[in-house]
Amino acid sequence: MNNKSKSLALHGGVIAALFALQFVLPAYHHGNLARIMVLACYAMGYNVLFGYSGLLSLGHAMFFAAGMYGMALTIQHLGFPPSAALLTGIAAAFVVSAVVGFLALRTTGVAFMIVTLMFAQAFYLAILNLGEYTRGDEGFVIQQADRIMAGVDLSDASNRYFAALILFSVCMAVTLRLVHAPAGRILVAIRENEERARMLGYDIFRHKLAAVVISGTLSGLAGAGYGLLFGYAGASFATVQYSIFPLLWVLLGGAGTVLGPLVGTLFMFYLIDLSSGLTSAYMLIAGAVLVLLTLFARQGLVGEIRRRFAPWLP
Amino acid sequence: MIIKKNKPVIETRRNVLKTLAIGAGAAAGASILPGFVRYAQAQSSAPIKIGFQVHRTGIGAAYGRWYDRTTMAAAKLINDNGGINGRPVEIVAEDDGTDPKRGAEVVEKFATQHNCDIGFGTLFSHVVIGSAPRAGELKLPYFVVSEGHHVASGMLNRYTLQPGITDVKSQVQAMAPFVASTLGKKVTMIFPDFAFGHDHRDYFSAAVEAQGGEVLAKIAIPPTESSFTKYFPQIPSGTEVIYHVMVGPAVLTFVKEMGEFFGPNRPEIFGFIDSLEAVDLGSSGLEFLEGTYFWEGNPRYAQADQSEHDKFYREAVGVDDNGASISDPKDVSTYSHMFGCWETLHIVKAGMEAAGYQGPADRAKLIEAVEAMTDMPLSREHPQGAKRFNGKTHQTFGHQYISRVESGRLVLAHTTSIEDTLYPDETDYTTQSF
Repeated sequence: MNNKSKSLALHGGVIAALFALQFVLPAYHHGNLARIMVLACYAMGYNVLFGYSGLLSLGHAMFFAAGMYGMALTIQHLGFPPSAALLTGIAAAFVVSAVVGFLALRTTGVAFMIVTLMFAQAFYLAILNLGEYTRGDEGFVIQQADRIMAGVDLSDASNRYFAALILFSVCMAVTLRLVHAPAGRILVAIRENEERARMLGYDIFRHKLAAVVISGTLSGLAGAGYGLLFGYAGASFATVQYSIFPLLWVLLGGAGTVLGPLVGTLFMFYLIDLSSGLTSAYMLIAGAVLVLLTLFARQGLVGEIRRRFAPWLP
Repeated sequence: MIIKKNKPVIETRRNVLKTLAIGAGAAAGASILPGFVRYAQAQSSAPIKIGFQVHRTGIGAAYGRWYDRTTMAAAKLINDNGGINGRPVEIVAEDDGTDPKRGAEVVEKFATQHNCDIGFGTLFSHVVIGSAPRAGELKLPYFVVSEGHHVASGMLNRYTLQPGITDVKSQVQAMAPFVASTLGKKVTMIFPDFAFGHDHRDYFSAAVEAQGGEVLAKIAIPPTESSFTKYFPQIPSGTEVIYHVMVGPAVLTFVKEMGEFFGPNRPEIFGFIDSLEAVDLGSSGLEFLEGTYFWEGNPRYAQADQSEHDKFYREAVGVDDNGASISDPKDVSTYSHMFGCWETLHIVKAGMEAAGYQGPADRAKLIEAVEAMTDMPLSREHPQGAKRFNGKTHQTFGHQYISRVESGRLVLAHTTSIEDTLYPDETDYTTQSF
């Protein structure tokens, strides 16, 4: 079995396992896993830019929110059906990421972080400022009747889980396809040594822009999916906190690994959920665990597995 | 015809041991995984579990601390008096981080892991709005204590109710007659540029104009602002009343800079106490508030004509006559809001008793019982004042208080009628199916 076959078998197996889990999980964890799969899509989008391209963005909440509001506002104000609204959300994230990428990629390193952070902050304030349409910080409910797609009620627990699994599978397939494609290898080459890649004749700006757009669009898909599946769109999803989350999930799970975002999101979700039952200082516990992981598993959980046991992991 | 084979009557030792092992394993599993199967036990003696969605961390932490104390005091009182339908009340608290995503997760946890009978206690509007869809989908009665207009607006669902605290629309519109008749008709509004501020802007403008008043300027302050001096010159010179609803940690700076701007020649000033909940009025910089007016949901300082019910409630929660903790005079309460937890828990008790509530299968009966409620008199259960609940809109209405700062204390100057707070129904949740 060559590496590509192993990779396909592993990732196909993960999707099959996620499919099977819905039949055995108790209701609480069933709901959690649906949420985690959607958030893992966001993390996978972030991973394309951070893990594979080496660009650290602090503004990804803007792309998540662009997808969420692109979907929700068209339902709320234009009466779009959910399928069209979902596509609008994806298109909104595509456009926003293309514009922001075009401008922000004129900078590098710390400046790129700051510029993306500033764009995201401006986006967040715009949501508050346009409160007449967005309901500002309060946000608004996407009613159950507006969440029936092709006759399937997405507010139903089983349907929601299945929809989340489809979203997750699509994002995983896109990420896998990208990392196995020449373009994906060029992104890794840029991450490892940008000057060398440039000297080899690759158009660095074009490849980085493509990475921002793919990353932003996947994040927007996650945002639109989240709003549609859980029935709420709000400005808190555009705050800087929601730009930090995918960074943490990816760092925990393993930057530059396809499965890392899922593992990191899962780990962080249950770390918060379980530790919050023990103490109100649960973020302190989360912080301590993050420090320990940074010290003893520098490449994240999946990254360490790749380093020690399975170098073929994409 | 299908004939079932009978099992042998005599079990082998191995089978018996296997069965015992499985039973012991299941029992152990049930005890360490409380959300999975433990609630299969009989309902009659089991506690009524109330999922308390509390803002322990995040921007709502100061409110959450006092919502927690009030809720625990109310639960203790209910349990001391025999519980609900003879069953004790158990408060299952979960921190939502004042975040709508975590709020929705907490509601799921109440419904599917803790097997709570209801969810309760949420304050911040964005957390309510983010959580309510999940409560509706999981068919978990969700009693919020938020004062947002979201419930009465029809945005939410039949499972979400706000019977223990009035909403911002009724509060704001009830202020207009007093402001226009006592303080002045030409008003400049200063408010934060997000939904809470926009509610005040829209509802108060309409209400004061209905009283023959006029809003000369509406000054929106961006939420990231930390200094306000550049906004004060925008206040028109003909302003008779400044209406302010600034919230958050910048409020001390806001008041101080407003005082420096006006000096001794200021217009009348009216504000919402939301700005200063959990803040000591003796804090440096607040001297300028002397002689200004505030809306209060419930008077923070014990008044000369304090009701016996307020006295009882204040003692039960552990609040002194100045509105601070009896154990720490610097720990000022959120007195204008936290009574909502106390009153809501008593309404839940009354609703469960009226519905003959036995367990989650009776959740619809509980909601119908609460929907059938109307007038709630001033009492130990309702120490803030009488209420009138509207079962169609799932929103309660009640008296509002206007206080004046005198010698650093809030002294009650006016109490509105319940009628001042009413507005036409915007929805009818009773038409929604369960």
